Amino acid sequence: MVINWFKYSSPASFYPLADRSIPWFMGTAIVLTVIGLYCSFFTTPDVLQDQKEYYRIIFIHVPAAWMSMWLYVVMAVWAGIGLVFNTRLSFMMATALAPTGAVFTFLALWTGSFWGRTSWGTWWDWDPRLTFELILLFLFIGYMALHAAIDDSRRADRASALLALVGVFCIPIIYYSVQCPDPNSLNCRALHQTSSLRSIESSILTSMMIMTLAYWMYSFAAVLMRLRSLILEREKGSEWVSELFGRMK
Amino acid sequence: MAEFFAMGGYGFYVWSSFGMTALVLVVEVVSLRQRHKALIQRLNRMAGVDTGIR
Repeated sequence: MVINWFKYSSPASFYPLADRSIPWFMGTAIVLTVIGLYCSFFTTPDVLQDQKEYYRIIFIHVPAAWMSMWLYVVMAVWAGIGLVFNTRLSFMMATALAPTGAVFTFLALWTGSFWGRTSWGTWWDWDPRLTFELILLFLFIGYMALHAAIDDSRRADRASALLALVGVFCIPIIYYSVQCPDPNSLNCRALHQTSSLRSIESSILTSMMIMTLAYWMYSFAAVLMRLRSLILEREKGSEWVSELFGRMK
Repeated sequence: MAEFFAMGGYGFYVWSSFGMTALVLVVEVVSLRQRHKALIQRLNRMAGVDTGIR
């Protein structure tokens, strides 16, 4: 089967596709969340290494932190595609991704704060990973604010796309900043633990992966919901929208 | 049951995290639904007919 991908690069043909796929993504997200939560609380052990039951925050904290970084990269990629090919839908995609990205960044910080209070004894620390995750939240909010501040939507698209691309520098810093060889050194100090993926029990890993998939499905649904509204708002003067609403009967 | 919610004495931290996650995600989806519904209604009014699109 050959799919003509260019067909879906126009808002008019993408709109019905987005509209139809939302319930499927949302349904899958709900099913995966139920399974994921069940596994998080009932199939996993009560302790993780030196951590007691509060370690269960891992099942929503780590996936949220992953999502915040992935969604930022996806947003920057669509913004870049928009700048290079000047396609309206790519910019709209980037704009639709930003609020959901901000939501997951906030959740990563919030859940991390509660986890930190129990395991490190502090709500917040200016550790490089925590600091740059906070900057990532400001980048998402800055992108939205910049886009909203410019009246001409084409200029708003370009200006905010540039901001999205510049902000990508945060991602490698968040990812690599925990790998400091000596935690007591003044030059390179990270409070945040390094990735424990290789050492944890498989039941914990499985629950985490199911929750991550659920977050992905949720993100698809939420972003497409926002995108379909954006498409209608921006295209409401066009032929196909008036056809959709005016000459249906 | 009470033992489950106590989370070994760490219930406050665990449920604050899970509660906020649930709250924020539900609020996002509900507000997106309302935004789209209001938009469809406005476009229907502009067209002067109820097209049955929801």
